[in-house]
Amino acid sequence: MLATPLLSLAIWVPILAGFAVLATGADRNAPLARMLALLGAVAGLLVTIPLYTGFDLNTPAMQFVELHSWIPRFNVNYHLGVDGISVLFVLLNSFITVTVILAGWQVIDSRVAQYNAGFLIMSGLLNGIFSSLDGVLFYVFFEASLIPLYLIIGIWGGSNRVYAAFKFFLFTLMGSLLFLIALLYLFIESGGSFSILDWHKLPLGLTAQTWLFLAFLVAFAVKVPMWPVHTWLPDAHVEAPTGGSIVLAAIALKLGAYGFLRFSLPIAPDASHELSGLVIALSLIAIIYIGFVALVQEDMKKLVAYSSIAHMGFVTLGFFMFSALGVEGALVQMISHGFVSGAMFFAIGVMYDRAHSRQIADYGGVVNSMPKFAAFFMLFAMANAGLPATSGFVGEFMVILAAVDYNFWVAFAAATTMIVGAAYTLWMYKRVVFGAVANHHVAELTDINGREFLIFVLFAAGALGMGLYPQPFTEVMHSSVNELLRHVALSKIQ
Amino acid sequence: MEMQKLYLLVPLAPLFGAIIAGLLCRVIPRWVAHTVTIAGVAIAFIASYVIFKDVLAGNTFNGPVYRWLTSGDYHFEVGFLIDPLTVTMMLVVTFVSLMVHIYTIGYMQDDPGYNRFFSYISLFTFSMLMLVMSNNFMQLFFGWEAVGLVSYLLIGFWYTRPTAIFANMKAFLVNRVGDFGFILGIGLILSHFGTLDYAAVFAKASALAATTIPLFGEGSAVALMTAVCILLFIGAMGKSAQVPLHVWLPDSMEGPTPISALIHAATMVTAGIFMVARMSPLFELSDTALSFVIVIGAITALFMGFLGVIQNDIKRVVAYSTLSQLGYMTVALGASAYSVAIFHLMTHAFFKALLFLAAGSVIIGMHHDQDIRNMGGLRKYMPITWITSLVGSLALIGTPFFAGFYSKDSIIEAVALSHIPGSGFAYFAVMASVFVTALYSFRMYFLVFHGEERFGKAAAHGDHHASHATSHAKDEHHDDDTHHDEAHGEEHHGLAPGQKPHETPWVVTLPLILLAIPSAIIGFMTIEPMLFGDFFKGAIFVDSEAHPVMKELAHHFHGAFAMATHALTTAVFWLALSGVVTAWYLYMKRPDIPVAIKARFGALYTLLDNKYYFDRFNEVVFAGGARLLGRGLWKGGDAGVIDGMIVNGAVRLVSWFATLARFFQTGHIYHYAFTMIIGVFVLMTLWVTRA
Repeated sequence: MLATPLLSLAIWVPILAGFAVLATGADRNAPLARMLALLGAVAGLLVTIPLYTGFDLNTPAMQFVELHSWIPRFNVNYHLGVDGISVLFVLLNSFITVTVILAGWQVIDSRVAQYNAGFLIMSGLLNGIFSSLDGVLFYVFFEASLIPLYLIIGIWGGSNRVYAAFKFFLFTLMGSLLFLIALLYLFIESGGSFSILDWHKLPLGLTAQTWLFLAFLVAFAVKVPMWPVHTWLPDAHVEAPTGGSIVLAAIALKLGAYGFLRFSLPIAPDASHELSGLVIALSLIAIIYIGFVALVQEDMKKLVAYSSIAHMGFVTLGFFMFSALGVEGALVQMISHGFVSGAMFFAIGVMYDRAHSRQIADYGGVVNSMPKFAAFFMLFAMANAGLPATSGFVGEFMVILAAVDYNFWVAFAAATTMIVGAAYTLWMYKRVVFGAVANHHVAELTDINGREFLIFVLFAAGALGMGLYPQPFTEVMHSSVNELLRHVALSKIQ
Repeated sequence: MEMQKLYLLVPLAPLFGAIIAGLLCRVIPRWVAHTVTIAGVAIAFIASYVIFKDVLAGNTFNGPVYRWLTSGDYHFEVGFLIDPLTVTMMLVVTFVSLMVHIYTIGYMQDDPGYNRFFSYISLFTFSMLMLVMSNNFMQLFFGWEAVGLVSYLLIGFWYTRPTAIFANMKAFLVNRVGDFGFILGIGLILSHFGTLDYAAVFAKASALAATTIPLFGEGSAVALMTAVCILLFIGAMGKSAQVPLHVWLPDSMEGPTPISALIHAATMVTAGIFMVARMSPLFELSDTALSFVIVIGAITALFMGFLGVIQNDIKRVVAYSTLSQLGYMTVALGASAYSVAIFHLMTHAFFKALLFLAAGSVIIGMHHDQDIRNMGGLRKYMPITWITSLVGSLALIGTPFFAGFYSKDSIIEAVALSHIPGSGFAYFAVMASVFVTALYSFRMYFLVFHGEERFGKAAAHGDHHASHATSHAKDEHHDDDTHHDEAHGEEHHGLAPGQKPHETPWVVTLPLILLAIPSAIIGFMTIEPMLFGDFFKGAIFVDSEAHPVMKELAHHFHGAFAMATHALTTAVFWLALSGVVTAWYLYMKRPDIPVAIKARFGALYTLLDNKYYFDRFNEVVFAGGARLLGRGLWKGGDAGVIDGMIVNGAVRLVSWFATLARFFQTGHIYHYAFTMIIGVFVLMTLWVTRA
């Protein structure tokens, strides 16, 4: 065990900073609250850096493990650890938190402390999800993280925020209940252990695996979200404030996909193979069906929300082909989507802050009044369309290539995103940014300021860095992904 | 080691220029932007020349620069393959790019986006060099899409024009259709060869020649090589604008003229040709794929040429000519004459860049009027542009001794010798195309540089002048093609009455002269080593047993001079000459005849005028269909079924239960007591019956 409990720091530094921000009181000390929040977020990011620099690439085992007894009576432990699959999400989450705090800087002026505290606390809870190795601990973090996001949408959201917040909450809660039942079943079957790693080794019959797999599927499919339980996402995005959308897209959507890798595949490997056709079919529907739906959206946030669903379809597709290229491609796609969709939602927020509209029809010729913004927006639109040299390309490329190896026609269906994805992204970009100045609102737009420029630079560094040199990201994954695939290839039926 | 640094310098020097001019475009003065980008491209050109000399000395290179990604057993690298094919492309790209950079100083001098433009064209040069220097499919695809991006940015350079931003999106999407096939082809290669490295793939190719894959079910196996090659070629069809993915290229003329020369004539659109030549070890293994290639090329060569005859926009005439010439190159590929295709690619790069830049010079001289019906007699006012245009046109139609003659004649002979299915049709197409090419080239040449001076009159509604009938017919055309019309409306500045065209400044004419020289002589100089020597040995592979075209071609070849003199007795020469004479007779001597033909064959004219209805079809079926489908899935699927029936249905179900449950919560104590008694009774009954 390490001397410094790095994962605990990654969880509790943001949460404690959040409470400190709350202590500054409502809006009396807004500048102090913002400053404190930024400090907390940066400190939260700094404590995660040793997780990458100190990461051992050669072992698939959990690293930076912390194990303390929590509720001895039920054998519940405070058990933390990360492997090559989860460590990058802790880093991504801490990175995104910094951008989110910056994104709300001049925009949020009511309940500033609560807003910033909400994001900091959520950041800690999300880190908790990615590093939990105990079922109960995972579940607590998993459910607790819903609360801040629910509040952020419900309080700082748009006009229809209550409907959206409820829809979001109910959808995800429905999944969580089945998940809880599955956890309790595993607790009993394993003879009283909540350790996720124990569950990985637990022999189970095909029927039990199938039920567990389906319970997990419902829980995680809602989070991803997969077709047909995706309809909460566009509503949630449309109503959420910019920061909420960024966290929702960049991190919250990854929880479901992460769950597949941490629970479904290793705990129910035989059922995963049996039902992989179902998941692949749902993934392809997400890619194609949702792509066409995105094409006709009139609200920019809805368009990007639908495009998120289509991109997440690549993630679930990549997982269930059971090849290293597919799984790593899917993981790359998840991280890339964090940068790219985060930046896309931020870009829409930048326009919304100025013109108070997200409707495509209300814009046109934005490049004339916001040239710097238009350049960044172009970069992220191209990344969203999967242009090489951006991170958006890497994951799609890997998953499509893995799909050709799996089945040519699956790849054929998935690769249509090359055309449809470019079509909806560029068509929106054309109507919003290009052209002559459409109306006086557009003419009065002011270009991005230093703070917005900085946020764009942060996102651009992620998207371009990962696109030009993805090796540092994928080499972290290799050992764990290979071990996972080895594990999944073995039958658990005895 | 020293050479490897030089290899890196070639793409990075233009990239450096692009970054400086791009990131600092608002800060730096114009001279810094053009100096730094021109210096970058000039360095790349000089370095390419040094590398060319080194390759001639026998030093080729194939190695990685850095490891991009590993996953599972697969390695993806960024690396260079430096061989004769690569250096040929490097020299062509950097030379034409350098000419275009210099030319741009004059062409864009009044444009507020001056620095941005230089940044884009340098970025293009970088991307194109990465494409041609790649030693693997991943980087090829990177360059492939990167040049597509820059093309997108440059077609939409004047972003306030509705036609420009429509054209650039169309170009990107049509190219993506090609890339869709391309990436699937790359996927098949990775899946069956286990690597994306060219050398490793080619080494394994013959071993996998007989492999079949059950693409359409277990019963019907398809040869792996056929599937791979056709999928890769679909990528080439997008980038090199082959029917039916050609639709973006004419519209790309919305971009500024320098990029039409650089990207949409000389370099980017030839990437598909280069790629197929690079993949010759794979294409040689599939006659089916070669047949597909030759037929697509032949269709493009002939049918796109026809469209050039009726265009009145000077740039669009050259654009259709480019399409037709790309068809020629593709036909050569299909005939296994890869080196001839690359040879034509090179000569075409010079004379087509020349023709485009000359067209741009004319446009400057005409104050941004692009309609050839408003020109005429320009040779008096723009002598350098006139002479260089004449050189370019002569090269294009294949006049003996000019560059285009050697490459085009070789293609025609190669097709005549080919026995691949479809080569008969291809031979007819390329022969007919010779006449058509001469007709549209010299129609444009005569209308622009000779005959009556028609400029300075359009604005004055000159009802009385001779070309009245022609322009009237053109107005009708405009009515049914609003898109084209808008393009014109934007460009229609033109000369004021009485104003004369003027010759352009030296930064414009110097590149014209420097491009006219190779357009005239490069074919004569290089045909022997490129086609019949061993220049491409090791870079291009031809299975001379199965496809003996190049071997037989070599038998017929007795030196460049003999080839040109012999050509005077062949049908090709007389076809071209008759094309020129026809153009002269129809447009100089008897301008009433074209009008009569148009009236007589109205249906045919309408078909050509609508470009065979490709655009209309795509607009209605693909674009319209996709929007309709999207709307249906959104309103019907998401809003109707999922939210309407399932989600809200569940909510209704809950509220129905709640209403029911409300009956039991009346607040009256006797209701509760009564319910309790019933409950106890039921439980007791159950207990009793169980026992």
